[in-house]
Order: sequence, then C-alpha cells, then structure tokens
Amino acid sequence: MGSETVLKADNLKRYYEVKGGMFSKGGTVKALDGATFQLEAGKTLAVVGESGCGKSTLARLVTLIEKPTQGELLLGGMDIASAHSKEDMITLRQMVQIVFQDPYGSLNPRQKISDILAEPLKINTKMSASERREEVLSMMSRVGLRPEQADRYPHMFSGGQRQRIAVARALMLRPKIVILDEPVSALDVSIQAQVLNLLTDLQEEMDLAYLFISHDLSVVKHIADDVLVMYLGQPVEHGTRDEIFSNPQHPYTRALLSATPVADPNRKKDRIKLVGELPSPLNPPSGCSFHPRCPLANDRCKAERPVLASTSSALVSCHAVEEGRS
Amino acid sequence: MSLLDIKNLSVEFQTAHGLFRAVDGVDLEIDQGEMVAIVGESGSGKSVSMLALMGLLPWTANITADCMLFDGIDLLSISKKERRQIIGKDISMIFQEPMTSLNPCFTVGYQIMEVIKEHLGGTKKELEKRAIELLGLVGIPAPETRLRAFPHQMSGGMNQRVMIAMMIACNPRLLIADEPTTALDVTIQAQILELLGELQKEKGMALVLITHDMGVVAETAEVVNVQYAGQQVERQDVVGLFDKPQHPYTYALLNALPERATSKRLPSIPGVVPGLLDRPTGCLFNPRCQFATDKCRKEAPDHSSKVLCHYPLVDGKPTNNHPGVSASDVSVSGGTA
Repeated sequence: MGSETVLKADNLKRYYEVKGGMFSKGGTVKALDGATFQLEAGKTLAVVGESGCGKSTLARLVTLIEKPTQGELLLGGMDIASAHSKEDMITLRQMVQIVFQDPYGSLNPRQKISDILAEPLKINTKMSASERREEVLSMMSRVGLRPEQADRYPHMFSGGQRQRIAVARALMLRPKIVILDEPVSALDVSIQAQVLNLLTDLQEEMDLAYLFISHDLSVVKHIADDVLVMYLGQPVEHGTRDEIFSNPQHPYTRALLSATPVADPNRKKDRIKLVGELPSPLNPPSGCSFHPRCPLANDRCKAERPVLASTSSALVSCHAVEEGRS
Repeated sequence: MSLLDIKNLSVEFQTAHGLFRAVDGVDLEIDQGEMVAIVGESGSGKSVSMLALMGLLPWTANITADCMLFDGIDLLSISKKERRQIIGKDISMIFQEPMTSLNPCFTVGYQIMEVIKEHLGGTKKELEKRAIELLGLVGIPAPETRLRAFPHQMSGGMNQRVMIAMMIACNPRLLIADEPTTALDVTIQAQILELLGELQKEKGMALVLITHDMGVVAETAEVVNVQYAGQQVERQDVVGLFDKPQHPYTYALLNALPERATSKRLPSIPGVVPGLLDRPTGCLFNPRCQFATDKCRKEAPDHSSKVLCHYPLVDGKPTNNHPGVSASDVSVSGGTA
C-alpha cells in the first residue's frame, strides 16, 4: 500500500448566490465553508453529516463539476486553478470519478451496458472500438458481471447489479480517486454487503483512494480509515475512524453517534437528545453554527466561531472541548 | 382476545406474466398496547400486507385470509362504508414520505381538522383547539401559528410529526407506521421513534412498525416478524431474534450488517430476492441458503410452524437431522454472540 497523497484540499469553500424573489430577500448560501483534508492512495476518507451539511457540494467540487469559490484543490499534485488547457482538464478528470447514490437514475435507460461502460473511453482516449470492447469486458468480469450481460439494458438488472455497473463505469478510466456518494444507501442489507465487499476488493486491487460520502454510520465504521464530520457546511471533527467512533469529542458527533440505531436489543443506552432541526443555510446562526442545538453552548459559542484545533485525539472545532467543559 | 388477528393472509396480483403472489400466508396477532415490527427487504410484501388490512389495494389485488379480525369485526366481510368508519379512526397508518402524503394545497391545520371532523365531528372552534393540542403533543413549537402553515413551509421531520398528529387525532387503537423514518436524517429519526414509543405507551395503542432497518428494530420493537419474498419466515421476540436467529435468512441478514462484521469482508447473501419469473420450487430461500438440501429444493416448509424452515437453526447450526454441513459453512457464524 502506497501512502501517496492523491488529493489535497485546503480551506475549500463554495458559496451560492440566491436571487431574491417577490416575497424573499436574496442572500448567500454557504454550502461549503472551509474544508481541509487529504486523500491517500488505498485509503478511505468518509464524510458524514445530515442533509444540508455540504457533503454533496464537496463531491461536486472534487469531481470538478463546479469550481470552488475559494480555497485550493490539488489533484495528484496539480492545482486545479492553474489548469486552463483542455489537456490539463482531461488529465484531471481522468483522475477523479464518481459513483452516485441512485443506481436507477444514474444509468441511461436507452444505452446498453457495453455502451455505458465504453463511453468514458470514447470521449477521453483514442482507443479503437475493439480495444474498448476488450476493456469493457475485462472491467465487467472484475466487478462480477458476466460477459453475456454486456448487451443488455439497465432495466434488466437489479439494484445491486446496477450499482456494480456504476462502479465499473467509474473505474473505466483507471482513476486514482473515486467519490462514492451514498453508494449503498438505496440498496437492501443483503445486497449492500455484496457491494461493500466489491468496493473493498477493488480498492485493494487498484490502490484507489475513496471519498466515501454517507449518513449511515455503521457502514462508515466498517469501511473508512478516516472520518470527517460536517455540520452546516463546516467540518466539526476530523480524525481516524477509531478516534471518532471510540472517543468522539464534538457534541454533534456524539449526538450523531448516539442517535444511530444499533442492531443489538440488549444495549441500553443514554441517548443524547438533540432538540430542533438543522438551521437554514441562508441564515446560519451566529458564532458556532451548532449552538442552538448544542447542550454545552454558552455565550462564547453564540458570538465566536470556533476553528478546527487539534486535541488529544482528533481535530475538533468546539469551544467547549477546547475549554474542557465537555 | 387480541386486538388484531390475521391468519394465513395472501395477496395475489393478476399481471401480464401471470399470477403474482406478493403476500403468501402471513399471520399477525397483536394485542392492545403491543409493538410488533415487520422487517424485510424490498419485495418482501411487508407494505402490501398492511395495505390489504387497510383496504387500500387496487381492485386487481385478490386478498384471501382464513381470518382477518379487528376487535372481533371481520374486515373481509364488512362493506366499504363500514370499513371507512374503522379506517382512519380505530386503525390509522403513517407512510414513508411525509412530503408526498400531505396535500400541498391545504394548510396542515385544515388537514388535521378534516380527519377529526370526519370521524368525531365538532364545531370549528373545538376542532381548532384539538388540532393545536395535537400539534403540541407531537412536539411542534408554536402550534397556533403552524396551523396555518403549508407542508412546503416545513421540513421533512416536521411534516412527519404533522402526519403523526393527524393519525393519532381520533385516538386509534392500532397504528401502522410504514417506514416512518426512512426519509429522515438520523437525529430526526431518533426524535420521531422516541415520539412514537411515548405515544404508544401513553395511549396504550398497538403499533405495527414496518421497516428494513435492523437497528431501528432492535431499539424499538418487542416482537419481530421477518418476511422474505412475501412469506413470513420467522417470528420471535426481539432479544431472541438478535441473539438466536432460527431461520437461515434472518441469520444471514444479521451477519451481513456492517456493524456486526468481524473482518473487512462482509458475509453477504449471494443472489437476489426472487421476482415474479424466477420463483424457485420448494422453500423460496433455497437458492440463497447456505444450508439448502434436496428436500429444501423440492418441498415447501410447513406454514404452521414458527420458523418457516425444514432445518431451523440453533446457534447457527441446522437441526432436524440436517444431512450435514461442511465445516467451512459453519465458520461464518463467528461474531454473532
């Protein structure tokens, strides 16, 4: 296993301007507000958080679908801000690929599987048709599909098989980084295990770096090496899997862990009750964005925004942890 | 006498490819104040069996049962009009997606009051008072102002609370919750499950919780029905189910959970749930079962037993003179203790 850093993000931000309507004022949505992390080859970084926390915006930035408003993003040592020529963009795009959540919506129903898988090669490489066909068949066998399935259409496959096709498509260009945006949350438990096993095998085989976006903490605990917990566009805790799961520091991480149901009826636990809901990103709370729901909040939390700081274990952005009030 | 007593319920649909049995011999018995979870993967017939109970299936469905009694009333033989007096009042149901189950054109207050008016009646003032009381009960802040809000002005969790308020408006004796938290975030899910549990205890309702999430089952249910491909394969109390699963499907399903994994590779169940065209003969789980024998491939197991299997498992090993399992198959059992 190499420990080559394939992706470096520094203080990545993405803001959206919202136009005012007849009844509402315009404003700025800070969908992602300062994410810093690294990805290493052969490792998995999981990004967890509830809806609206900026997980998917992060995926869109890393896959170059959108440009960051601010901050630096290096893919394989290359700064995306300095990539202007078409060749540079092609090189960058081949490095990152994505697998989406919904295998029913992400495959074109009018294309055969072989065409779906060959398309990335057709656009980005100069391979001949027969070479492409060969590549497609070898990738299909790698993800556990049979060669005679190449000429079928997506509707002829089950959810689990479609997700295999989506994974195969993402791997056609031999990327270094694969973004997995909730890859198993649309699947049943028995199928979920099959796909997770496949992802683990492929990572070992091809030394892939995974950016695993999920809200399911039991899946994250199983597959991740490092975990980044986000809340309202900001990272609140960042550490190794063991640090986050055995010794969570941030009150939000703790609440998230205690809210996650565990498949063990004998485990009686004290649930940390979070009151209220996620605030609107259009009008985020002052200071620490978690303070209206936080059991440890005080006046400082309402006024001053905390920054990620190292503690005894993980990186945590919380005044209470820093002051030892937790 | 139990509140709800369903025996041998089957639902068949006439399709272009022939008859499809979505629910096949399901039993359900639930007492006042009890909580039963029905768990299964997609296509296991868990929603269809409850929709059959509610009478919400289209006319293409052919529903048969040995008995379907609610509080002594035979739901199969009563007229539509009589059924409507029970449904929504004594039996009510919460659906998975709160956003699509509420009518976007009316305020939530109107929709709650409509239910009460239909079943209990009352003046406008009384209705409004009751609606405010209900919204407060399900934990909506400032219920007086929320009464005039439309569904799109509220979040998914809030809408699900409105749905719950609407469903408990007439003090139902049986509440069916069909994946009530699947569309919600985990912190909101915890709030909603807690609310349902509290209401169930306070009001002494019977609660049927349909879910696919084993974690939710473990934390909330008392008795669990496991369904597979329309059949009920196992019924046990929740502790027994997680500690000593008896059906090979339950056993394999629990092992496939990432949180129970002991190694990086998960013990997955090969294959998929059979559909209309690839129904196996004999036991429906046999193509995916690690313990399947020739008997399983030929004969369907007996419906009347508690576990739908020729060789129910004890400690992860098949019993009833199972012809033998190779050592490698049994080793998968590690980590269930």
